[in-house]
Amino acid sequence: MYKIETKKNIAENIFCMDVIAPYIAKSALPGQFVIVRTHEQGERIPLTVCDFDKNKGTVTLVIQVLGASSKKICEKNQGEYLSDITGPLGNPSEFIKYSDEQLHSKKILFIAGGLGSAPVYPQVKWLGMHKVKPDVIIGAKNRNMMIFENEMRCFAENVFATTDDGSYGFKGLVTDMLEDLIINQKKKYDEIIAIGPMIMMKFVSLTTKKYNIKTTVSLNSIMVDGTGMCGACRVSIGGETKFTCVDGPEFDGHLVDFDEALRRQTMYKDQEQQANCKCVSNLFN
Amino acid sequence: MANKIPRVHAREQDAKIRITNFDEVCYGYSADEAILEASRCLNCKNPRCVNDCPVNIDIPEFISQIAKNNFVQAAGIVAQYSSLPAVCGRVCPQETQCEGSCILGIKNEPVAIGKLERFIADWARENNLNFLEKAQSNGKRIAVVGSGPAGLTCAYDLVKIGYDVTIFEALHETGGVLAYGIPEFRLPKKTVVAHEIENLKKTGVKIETNIIIGRTLRVDQLLDEEKFDAVFIGTGAGLPKFMNIKGENLNGVMSANEFLTRANLMKAFDQNYDTPIYAGKKAVVVGGGNVAMDAARTALRLGSEVTVVYRRTEVELPARREEVIHAKEEGINFSMLTNPVEIIENEKGWVKAIRCVRCKLGEPDSSGRRSPVIIPDSEFNIETDVVIMALGTSPNPLIASTTEGLQINKYKCIVVDSEGQTSRKGIFAGGDVATGAATVILAMGAGRKAANAIDKYLNQNK
Repeated sequence: MYKIETKKNIAENIFCMDVIAPYIAKSALPGQFVIVRTHEQGERIPLTVCDFDKNKGTVTLVIQVLGASSKKICEKNQGEYLSDITGPLGNPSEFIKYSDEQLHSKKILFIAGGLGSAPVYPQVKWLGMHKVKPDVIIGAKNRNMMIFENEMRCFAENVFATTDDGSYGFKGLVTDMLEDLIINQKKKYDEIIAIGPMIMMKFVSLTTKKYNIKTTVSLNSIMVDGTGMCGACRVSIGGETKFTCVDGPEFDGHLVDFDEALRRQTMYKDQEQQANCKCVSNLFN
Repeated sequence: MANKIPRVHAREQDAKIRITNFDEVCYGYSADEAILEASRCLNCKNPRCVNDCPVNIDIPEFISQIAKNNFVQAAGIVAQYSSLPAVCGRVCPQETQCEGSCILGIKNEPVAIGKLERFIADWARENNLNFLEKAQSNGKRIAVVGSGPAGLTCAYDLVKIGYDVTIFEALHETGGVLAYGIPEFRLPKKTVVAHEIENLKKTGVKIETNIIIGRTLRVDQLLDEEKFDAVFIGTGAGLPKFMNIKGENLNGVMSANEFLTRANLMKAFDQNYDTPIYAGKKAVVVGGGNVAMDAARTALRLGSEVTVVYRRTEVELPARREEVIHAKEEGINFSMLTNPVEIIENEKGWVKAIRCVRCKLGEPDSSGRRSPVIIPDSEFNIETDVVIMALGTSPNPLIASTTEGLQINKYKCIVVDSEGQTSRKGIFAGGDVATGAATVILAMGAGRKAANAIDKYLNQNK
C-alpha cells in the first residue's frame, strides 16, 4: 500500500498527488512513467511521473479524470492509500545522456499539450538544473486547463502559452504557435520534444517534418504490465514493431505510425464506455 | 493382481457446464478413489518415474503410503521434494515425465501420478498440514528475482537451510506464470496458488511486490547497496513472440500473454474487476502449446467461437494431452497443418479474417519434429474478430541489459552452467530465463539446483 501524502486539485478535473514510493523516487528519471492500481479490482494504469523527491521518497502524479479508472484514482484522498505503484518504467529521455557540450550547443523546444505538461515539466526542470534553458509551448483548451505554467517559467527561457479559445495567451493550436515562432519570430530549434494527446503529437510531427527539425514524442499507448510482457502497447516505428513500455515511451516523431497508434488507442473503447456508464450510475445509486 | 485395476479417472465438470464458468475443470480424487488408484502402483524396485521427475520425488513411496491410507506420511514425503505439489499435480506434463515411464503404461494406462500428487497436496491443505520448515538464521541474505516456480523453489530451499531470503516481484501479485499465465479453470489462484505462497511466507521468506529489478533497482544495487550476499534470477520468459506478418498490429490482434494476463492476473472475466478484455464473436488462436490451449479455452468461456490454428498435426501438439482433450470436449475447433500468412482488416482497422496456407509434414527438423512444408496455392481465409498469438515467449532483456558482464545467448537467455552459476560471481539464474520457455517443474528443478549452488558458493567464501 502506498500512501497519498498530498493531493491538490490543480485545474478542472486535474489532480496532483504526492505518493510515498521511496524506491521509485530514488531511481526515476525524466521521461519515465509508473503504473498504478488504485484498489484490488482496479486496472493497472500507466501514469506519467511529474516530479520526484528523493529525500522525501515521494513521486508526484498528475491525473485527469477521463474515464472510470482515472476517476477512481482521483476519488482517493490525502492520507488514503493506492494498492500498487510500480516503476519507474520506460527509458529516460535521450538528452540525459548528452554531454554538457551537447546540451549547451542545442536549442530545445518543448511542446506540452493538455496533461502533457506533467511529463514535460520534469524534463524542463532537469535541463534547468543543468543550466540549459529550453523554450516551452504550453497548449490548453482554455485558461482554467493550463497547468504547470509558473513551474515551467522557473526553468525555461521562454514559455509560450496557447489556448484553443484564446482565453489566455496565444489563440490557436500548439502547431499554430510553433509556426508563428519559426516563421514570424525567426526562432531556431535543434530539437523539439512534444508530449500531449496522440493527435497533437501527430500534427506537431507533420509540422516539424516540413522544417526538418528532429522531433521526439512520448506515446501513451494502452498497457497492462508495462514491462514488455503483454505487447498491448505495440507501435510501428519506421515500419518496425516496437513496445512503448520497454522500447519507448519516447520515439522519433517522424517515424511513428500515428494513424495506427490512434486506432490502437480505441481497442477497448466500447468496454470503457460501458465502465464509464456504470461508474456514473453508481454515483446516483 | 493390483495392475488389473483400470486407471481411476478423476471426476470433471461437465464440458457443457464448464464452458460457462471459470471454475476448475477437474474435481480431483476422493480419498477412496485415490486409495484405489494408488493400489495400482507396482512399487518397482528400480522406479523409472523417479528418474523422470525433474525434482525426483520418491513417487512409489508416497503412492504406497496413500494406498495404505497413511495420508499424513504421503504428504510429508512429497513435501520433502516439492514446495508446490498442488501446482505440479495440476500442471506438470506427466505423460512425458513420471507417467510416461510408468511400467503399467506399456500395456495399459500408467498410474495417475499427477492426480495422486494433487490429491495428497489438496488433502494436506484441507487438513491444515504444513510441512515447510524454518531454520535458524545463518545471517546471510539472498535476493530472489521473480516469484514464479523457479524463484519460489529457490527461496524455500534456501530459507530451510538458514538463509534470509527476499523475493522481488515486478507485478502486484506473486506467483509469476502461476498468477498471470495459467487460467483459474486449470489452477485455482486463491485456494491453490495463494495458499502455497502463504505457506512459504510462514517460513520467513519476504516478498516485495511492485519492484522491477532492472528498473526500480538494478542487480548490482541489490549486491552493493542492499547488501545481499547473492542474487538468484528467476524472471522467466515473459516476452511474447509475434509472427511478423502483415496486419499484426490491427485492433483485435493480441499476444496470448496479453489476453491471459487480462483474464488471470487482472481477473477481467469477473464483472467486478475493471480491466477490459475482448474475445470477439469469433477468435483464432495461433499455436499449439499449453498457452494456446489456455487462451483458446479462456476465449471460449468469454463467449467466443474459437479455432486453434497449428502448422503441424495433432501428434506434434506440444500442449499437455489433457489440455488438448479438454479443449476438444469443450468444442474448440482445430485447424491443423495450417499456417497464417496475413491478417486482413475491415474498413475500421479491426481484424476481419486471417489468411492461412495449408501445410504438409516434411522431414524432421533439429528438434526431431517433422517440419511443416507449405502447399503451393493453398491459401484460404478464416473469418474472425480476434487473433491471439501463442507462439512462445523469450526472456525479458531488462535484467541482462542493466547488469554489466551478465552473459546472454542468441535466444536472449542468461547463460548458466549446470548448477545455475552465471558469468557473474554471486549471480545465479534458472528456469525459463536460462532455458527459454519450458515447464513449471523444470523451473522448480533449476531453482533447487541454484539454491544448492548458492549455498556452496557462500560457504566457499566464508
